[in-house]
Amino acid sequence: MPVLTFREALNQAMAEEMERDPNVYLMGEEVGYYNGAYKVSQGLMERFGPERVIDTPIAELGFAGVGVGSAMVGLRPIIEMMTFNFSILALDQIFNNAAKLRYMSGGQFQIPIVFRGPGGAAHGLGAQHSQCLDPWFCNVPGLKVVAPSVPADGKGLLKSAIRDNNPVIFIESEVAYGFKGEVPEGEFLVPLGVGEVKREGKDVTIVAWSKMIHVALDAANALAEEGIQAEVIDPRTLRPLDEQILITSVEKTNRCVIVEEGWPYAGVGAEIAHRINMHAFDHLDAPVLRISSKDVPMPYALNLEKDVMPNAQKVVAAVKKVLYI
Amino acid sequence: MQKKKLVEMYRMMLLIRRFEERAAQMYGMQKITGFCHLYIGQEAVGVGAIAALRPDDYFISAYRDHGHILAKGTDPKPVMAELFGKATGISKGKGGSMHLFDVEKGYMGGHGIVAGQIPLATGMGFAIKYKKEDKVVVCSFGEGAVHQGSFHESLNLAKLWKLPVIYLIENNRYGMGTPLERASAIWDLSQKAESYDMARATVDGMDVLKVYDVVAEAADRARKNGEPTLIEARTYRFRGHSMSDPVHSHYRTKEEVEEQKKKDPLIIIKDKLLKDKVLTPATVKELEAEIKKIVLESADFAENSPVPPLEAVYEDVYAP
Ligand SMILES: Cc1ncc(C[n+]2csc(CCOP(=O)(O)OP(=O)(O)O)c2C)c(N)n1
Repeated sequence: MPVLTFREALNQAMAEEMERDPNVYLMGEEVGYYNGAYKVSQGLMERFGPERVIDTPIAELGFAGVGVGSAMVGLRPIIEMMTFNFSILALDQIFNNAAKLRYMSGGQFQIPIVFRGPGGAAHGLGAQHSQCLDPWFCNVPGLKVVAPSVPADGKGLLKSAIRDNNPVIFIESEVAYGFKGEVPEGEFLVPLGVGEVKREGKDVTIVAWSKMIHVALDAANALAEEGIQAEVIDPRTLRPLDEQILITSVEKTNRCVIVEEGWPYAGVGAEIAHRINMHAFDHLDAPVLRISSKDVPMPYALNLEKDVMPNAQKVVAAVKKVLYI
Repeated sequence: MQKKKLVEMYRMMLLIRRFEERAAQMYGMQKITGFCHLYIGQEAVGVGAIAALRPDDYFISAYRDHGHILAKGTDPKPVMAELFGKATGISKGKGGSMHLFDVEKGYMGGHGIVAGQIPLATGMGFAIKYKKEDKVVVCSFGEGAVHQGSFHESLNLAKLWKLPVIYLIENNRYGMGTPLERASAIWDLSQKAESYDMARATVDGMDVLKVYDVVAEAADRARKNGEPTLIEARTYRFRGHSMSDPVHSHYRTKEEVEEQKKKDPLIIIKDKLLKDKVLTPATVKELEAEIKKIVLESADFAENSPVPPLEAVYEDVYAP
């Protein structure tokens, strides 16, 4: 199987879907001539032309709305947010229109649109450019939210997201674009709403997604050296959430730690912990713990940034706590 | 204009140029991280505009902010220390290159979201009027920012409410890799003021004295009549969009950049001041030496300063 970087896998997914369906187009800042701020759309304008790979002015609210409007009448836009920090300017169109038009019209519309781009922190970008907004989107009924952790999932999930008839928020990671992995060629779909066990184990369940999977796997490796077998679960889609995979794992391990990059208050981890409490309470031997970023805007200084972010040591400590060791 | 003021403007442009050249070197040595956007090539705009203001007037801008904060009079040491992410930085190491602030000097930031500062400037203008103060605000932003709704909403409010705000477009021709003609339906950007019946001007942003004049005139209008102005300063950035963008990527040619460098704003003012005998080759040399020393000291200061303590993470989230 070919080994691709994350950005290549996403690029392949978009190219294949654009090939398959002439109504699919890509729009955003620097996606065309510049080949994408993070080179995810490399070569697409050359291949599909400027009619289907469209550079926009810096006007997130406007072009997000153009995407939604075009989806109301049959197109299937992929709207790139240079980073999800800038999607904040577009939230009116995403929340008020993309997410609600179908419902408010009694089902007269479908809004097949993907908003994609990197979310979360990179290195030293400061408070306005280092935000993990997963829970914001997860809070809104009418949206689906996807956050892949490895290139193959990136490809398979993005293809599914483009084919989905609903608005999908597809959150990538700037630091993960260079990560490599085996990616199946051609028609390879990962269904939305289905999680995956990324590592099997019997002693504790660690739930993580997006780049936090790699933190979770690092922690699992460190724990293995101490004889603790952690099971790492990647829900992959945050809304709808694959509850069953979480419950099945917790029924086996009886303990759970959730790792998320976002802020702790009202985070996605809070929702996951709640679901586990609801459906697997009798199987728990310890309270579900959460590791998140600290409850502060992201500081610039690298030593502070490192302190704010989740890391493997913090996860290991939490695992030991739920194991009472 | 007084001789002293002319020399001061040249000196400030030189300081900004040398400061940023040093910052670029430090970035290469990974002393500075993240996004770092250099102002090199655009110095005449910020320096000319700020020279036309009083010390207690406000200036606010985007992430390409090193030149602005220095021109507003902030000591280079805490500015360099901020780029290094040190506790002695002007934002205590928590803002970085894009988020410099010096409230005492009336420099109101350093904003990372394109056009995010434009309503803030409008709000400061509102407060000036509300408090009946004799002040003005200058709001700088790139030509890429004029396509955001917040720009248009602000212009309407400023004119409707007669706010003393000067909106200063620093048109360096490119928003990242996008040239103006691929982003804007019109070329003559100050034309946008006409939709709001607002005063407007276009100025050669490579000539610090011309920038000074139009901003002085606009400031006068703002102070006397509470009239806002939209100014387009035509300038050029000699470096890449940020330190991670090459100087001439495929979106502009090497020839174009070299051609523009012939209009280097530092050379334009220096030649003029030499010609007018405001400066002599000897005084130019002295200034160069003085600036070099200041810049080296700022880098040493940054280098030798401590990183912020971990407790700082939780400080300044809320006001007491
Ligand atoms: C709302 C928003 N969208 C996108 C970006 C990413 N971005 C940073 S700078 C920039 C280009 C801005 O160009 P311009 O306003 O002309 O200013 P310049 O960088 O040329 O000084 C872009 C797209 C951002 N910071 N904020």
